Amino acid sequence: MLAIDQLSKTYADGNQALERLNLTVGNGEIVALVGGSGCGKTTLLRLIAGLDTASGGAIRLDDQTIAGPSADVGVIFQEPRLFPWLSVADNVGFGLSHLSAFEREGLVANALARVGLAEHGPRWPRELSGGQQQRAAIARALVTRPRLLIMDEPFSALDPTTRQSLHRHLLSLWDESRPTMLLVTHDVEEAVSLADRIIVMQPNPGRLYEEFANGIARPRDRMGVAFERLTREILKSLDQSLRPAAHAVAAAAEGQAAWW
Amino acid sequence: MSIIADPAAGASPASPAAREPAARPRRRLSIGWGLGFALPFAIAVAWEIAVRSGWANGRLLPPPSRIGGTLWELAESGELAMHAWATLWRVAAGFGLGAAVGTILGAASGANRTVRQLLDPTLQALRAIPSIAWVPLFILWLGIFEASKVALIAVGVFFPVYLGVAAALASVDRKIIEVGRVFRLSRLAMIRRVTLPAILPAWITALRTGLGLGFMFVVAAEFMGASEGLGYLLVDGQQLGRPDRILAAIIAFAVLGKLADGLLVLVTRPLLAWQDLGRDKL
Repeated sequence: MLAIDQLSKTYADGNQALERLNLTVGNGEIVALVGGSGCGKTTLLRLIAGLDTASGGAIRLDDQTIAGPSADVGVIFQEPRLFPWLSVADNVGFGLSHLSAFEREGLVANALARVGLAEHGPRWPRELSGGQQQRAAIARALVTRPRLLIMDEPFSALDPTTRQSLHRHLLSLWDESRPTMLLVTHDVEEAVSLADRIIVMQPNPGRLYEEFANGIARPRDRMGVAFERLTREILKSLDQSLRPAAHAVAAAAEGQAAWW
Repeated sequence: MSIIADPAAGASPASPAAREPAARPRRRLSIGWGLGFALPFAIAVAWEIAVRSGWANGRLLPPPSRIGGTLWELAESGELAMHAWATLWRVAAGFGLGAAVGTILGAASGANRTVRQLLDPTLQALRAIPSIAWVPLFILWLGIFEASKVALIAVGVFFPVYLGVAAALASVDRKIIEVGRVFRLSRLAMIRRVTLPAILPAWITALRTGLGLGFMFVVAAEFMGASEGLGYLLVDGQQLGRPDRILAAIIAFAVLGKLADGLLVLVTRPLLAWQDLGRDKL
């Protein structure tokens, strides 16, 4: 279980990105974070990935405190971030250097096959399309079998068709080992399509605003009534979260004066 | 579970059909090479005709046939090989020394802010000194023989390599460094697996620039009392009033410089096979 307790982050320039944020994500759960720009979604993911240091609070994964990058946490970034000087196979096996070549090759071949890139292992990343590169990045993150997979708008640069194709790939891969997944996205439909729980965040400073459970059975029909209703509710909440009044209510609820 | 690749994700641009357009620039490149030779060839032919027709006497600027003849004589007597070998040896030694020190100090300066603050202002000031200004000092310090010549060439090679490596290290993409951090690479592994490959193209470019400067500095080095080398051949030609020898030496310099650069490109090309655009430009 991922447990985030009173997490705060203030940058050196005084910008308070997160303020006393609490969040719990159960094992195998998929949680999506949505919110306007500057609400601290990416900051939160970077803190969980161990790429930044929190100003206060704690992050625990199964009772182990996360204070830096961990073997149990896999990351998929907004861009594929493949190393251009490594073949696709070597990129996927980048985190397996502690294994023998034989073991590594087997795992990489399997991971590539699972994302539909079995024939592309010897190629350079530049020889793949954007969607294929992101699939290789997903394979690289999952091949080490992390307990927690965090994703920072991983599909935002892709066209809608490729994006939906990758959603299906991701859910199939998740279904195999059921890692806990935390997804940041601007796309509410993507959140409803993938997540078990959708959390709306509000900006200045970043906090949780509202939470939605998603009980729609998979595979989810984007045209279905329940899907559309939940999407509308989240969009409405998102809209409200960006209004100044929402900040005042949230601040008052915590017994604080609003900054304005 | 096996997942079938979704055609919607897009066909690989590596397919033969997608690769076909890449062949076109190569044809343009070979035409470009031909065009590159056309202008000097036309000038040479025109000058040859002008001298043979008596429109010019060719005393200060001999026709190509006389320069070719001189080159042939020098080659036949073994003089050309001796001078070329002497120059090549000096450039190789100076290049090796300058490139090694430039790479080490450039890496230290690019990777560490304190080292950069300590080294960079001094080295930038030294960079502004003209090469010829070092000559008397190097002769005093290292004598008139090989050491001072190699040192001068090394100075010429050092600066572009130092600057290239330092700048490349300072501009390695934070995003790929973060991928290394996510996989918990040690400092050494980060350098070996991420930083070095990332700066490789810039380092090779810096080496090529350094090599080019090495060939420029060897002329200055061979002006300081050499008894062999293509630079010596230049001085010898001047003292004997033989512009054909001077031009023969200049042509030999150009050919040697181009061959050395071509060799460097050939050796390093496999290391840069992954580059998207750089391959055809190197």
